[in-house]
Amino acid sequence: MLFIATGAAGAVAVGSVAWPLISQMNPDASTIAAGAPIDVDLSAIGEGVIVTVKWRGKPIFVRHRTKKEIEEAADAPLAQLPDPQTDAQRVKKPEWLVVIGVCTHLGCIPLGHQGEYEGWFCPCHGSVYDTSGRIRKGPAPKNLEVPNYVFASDTKLTIG
Amino acid sequence: MIRLKTLGLAALLAAATALPAAAQHEHETKTPVRQSWSFAGPFGTFDRGELQRGFHVFREVCSNCHSAKALAFRNLAQPGGPEFSEAQVRALAAEYKVQDGPGDDGKMFERPARPADHFPSNYPNPEAAKAVLGAAPPDMSVLAKARSYSRGFPLFLVDPFIQYQEHGVDYIYSLIALGYTDDKDPNANQYFPGGHIAMAKPLSDGQVEYTDGSPETVEQYTHDVAAYLMWMAEPKLEERKKTGFKVMAFLILFAGLLFFAKKRVWAKAHGQDHA
Amino acid sequence: MSGHSTYVPKSAIGRWFESRLPIMGLIHSSFVAYPTPRNLNYWWTFGGILSVMLVVQILTGIVLVMHYTPHVDYAFNSVEHIMRDVNWGWMLRYTHANGASMFFVAVYIHMLRGLYYGSYKAPREVLWILGVIIYLLMMATGFMGYVLPWGQMSFWGATVITNLFSAIPLVGESITTWLWGGYSVDNPTLNRFFSLHYLLPFMIAGVVVLHVWALHVVGQNNPDGVEVKNVARDTLPFTPYATIKDGFAMVCFMIFFAWWVFYVPNYLGHADNYIEANPLSTPSHIVPEWYYLPFYAILRAVPSKLGGVMAMFSAILVLCFLPWLDTSRVRSAKYRPVYKVFFWLFVATAVGLGYLGAMPAEGGYVLASRLLAVYYFAFFLVVMPLLGLFETPRAVPASIADAVLKNAHSAKA
Repeated sequence: MLFIATGAAGAVAVGSVAWPLISQMNPDASTIAAGAPIDVDLSAIGEGVIVTVKWRGKPIFVRHRTKKEIEEAADAPLAQLPDPQTDAQRVKKPEWLVVIGVCTHLGCIPLGHQGEYEGWFCPCHGSVYDTSGRIRKGPAPKNLEVPNYVFASDTKLTIG
Repeated sequence: MIRLKTLGLAALLAAATALPAAAQHEHETKTPVRQSWSFAGPFGTFDRGELQRGFHVFREVCSNCHSAKALAFRNLAQPGGPEFSEAQVRALAAEYKVQDGPGDDGKMFERPARPADHFPSNYPNPEAAKAVLGAAPPDMSVLAKARSYSRGFPLFLVDPFIQYQEHGVDYIYSLIALGYTDDKDPNANQYFPGGHIAMAKPLSDGQVEYTDGSPETVEQYTHDVAAYLMWMAEPKLEERKKTGFKVMAFLILFAGLLFFAKKRVWAKAHGQDHA
Repeated sequence: MSGHSTYVPKSAIGRWFESRLPIMGLIHSSFVAYPTPRNLNYWWTFGGILSVMLVVQILTGIVLVMHYTPHVDYAFNSVEHIMRDVNWGWMLRYTHANGASMFFVAVYIHMLRGLYYGSYKAPREVLWILGVIIYLLMMATGFMGYVLPWGQMSFWGATVITNLFSAIPLVGESITTWLWGGYSVDNPTLNRFFSLHYLLPFMIAGVVVLHVWALHVVGQNNPDGVEVKNVARDTLPFTPYATIKDGFAMVCFMIFFAWWVFYVPNYLGHADNYIEANPLSTPSHIVPEWYYLPFYAILRAVPSKLGGVMAMFSAILVLCFLPWLDTSRVRSAKYRPVYKVFFWLFVATAVGLGYLGAMPAEGGYVLASRLLAVYYFAFFLVVMPLLGLFETPRAVPASIADAVLKNAHSAKA
């Protein structure tokens, strides 16, 4: 009984020592703080323009879509999509598309207004995204990720 | 044998106490007076009100000249400190401007600070501060740990047992609240080594408005800002002492278990000793 | 210990592996079946404590390096970043900093145990010298580690100690410049100290392996200083006896360690090291960490620069010659009543030199340092050789078993 209690205490000791050594590798307070939500001023972004902002070390595409781009995004048949999602599922206001600018294949940054659907084209391995940021052709498996965001006002977007 | 040992140690003790007395003639600096701090001792904690008042004094008076590079606005909301609310911190931060950039035009620009930003300094570097003020005021981030005073023999042996770690804040309190006694010379200070400090008396009664009814005296301001400086130097102080208690309690228990386990294991061997 | 162990694993996989790499047998013969004198007291637990402290320092050091920046413009702030932002960073930093002090507390007790019980005497000369090498490596590691936070004491301590090398005739200046990587202590110095501070502990680990190997070849000394004559009567298997006793002692040491880390974490350091390094402003008193103070006192006791440097290094190197300086045929001070007095005077001298090392080098302190430094060297160079010839030791027990029986009887009486 004594030896079992001692052994158990020893196990607790080992665990208590191991935990801080492991936990210190998790993001520290300054990294978490630097990754706090950022604000984007939408009034400066004209129609058809894609603006890139940096958040948590990654590029975020904020696209002020034209009527044509919105229609093409809405009309796309779901059956043709490798990663089926409706445009409505990916936007809160149809004229604003917010996606993380990292190709879901191997992480390159796609180029805007390019490719067959005028969405994005990734030059690394040829993935083609539409005006809703959905993968259409090429090796990427998933649509461009949509981050958390809210409209703080009509002209201010808070990402994160 | 034992008597010789004691004699030897006694001789050493006598010598050690005699020597410092000889050296002290040259320095007229007074020894700081110990104060009572809520965060002293194994169960010490910061007083939130005191830290908030202390920050108030720091912000209104000290930060005009002194920087605090390691302080981030968000630290003011974290547990164990002044614990302002997130909203208060955001509003406070927005009152300050920090440099950011370069922008797309290649130029640096100023923007309102966010909680993640560090407290901006009034001077871009110590040389600029020195050019304006005559001497570069030390950064205050760890000032409470960067100052101390000699307790002399034998107190320096007692301090680790009584957990006296507040040398810095006791020095700061004495320096600011008790040191400026010469009406004719604003830079004379009884607690500053050498007797003259570049900083003239920074605090006077009624200088800072307290909204919680605390007395607006130099003594109160100094005590509050010194406690604040201790927190700024050691924001994890409360967590450290709390964790320490848990660790010590566990280790004492563990040692007890091991002691009896050792006795049990060795009983066999000691039994043989009597054979 | 030399020779193959008789360990046979119980499982087939165990036997397959053992016949290819006999690690289990090695562990078994070194730390399980290994015959340990049964009369060891708690002063013998410090070897195990030191091993644990080396592991603690390496583990905390490795994780601290994940967050530290070894550049003069960022080092100080990166340490504050660790203290404030890194998860458990404050605890890792204080553990590492105070751990160095604890490492030296344990090593001084370990060395004094050796001095008292004659553990340096034949056949343990190589064991002892390996220990001195470990001690030197520890001092180098500790010195470079203290520079890394880049506070005032870091910078000026580095400046003082690296300047010592310029005392060497002819090549001194070149060596100092080579150490600095520049015209004074600056970024190149910090970077290389960082690299070497990371390297040296692993060299220490290697020499520790040799140290334990050398120990296991000749076997432990013991408080009575008589060699093992009959394994069955004089010794006990290392596991469970020494293992549990060492474990208990380690946890007690951890209590002592935890007191520093959690309640007085900055006491053993110096307040000036919380001021960022400033090459244009010298602190009023440059003091090394406490574990170097006795040698610092000896350094300053000698009026000449080169003489001081030579005296300081000699104070450590003289330890290597102990096995041949001590002429006594009796090992343990337990049976050497006169040596015991000189030994405790030596301890008092070392403590006294430590105190003086922290004092300004003026007035009565200088004379006291010189007197104590003389005794320090006299203990090794005069007392030890002469005492063996003139001292009448007490009767040494015939065997360890006899010594243990005698102690058991007197305890009962």
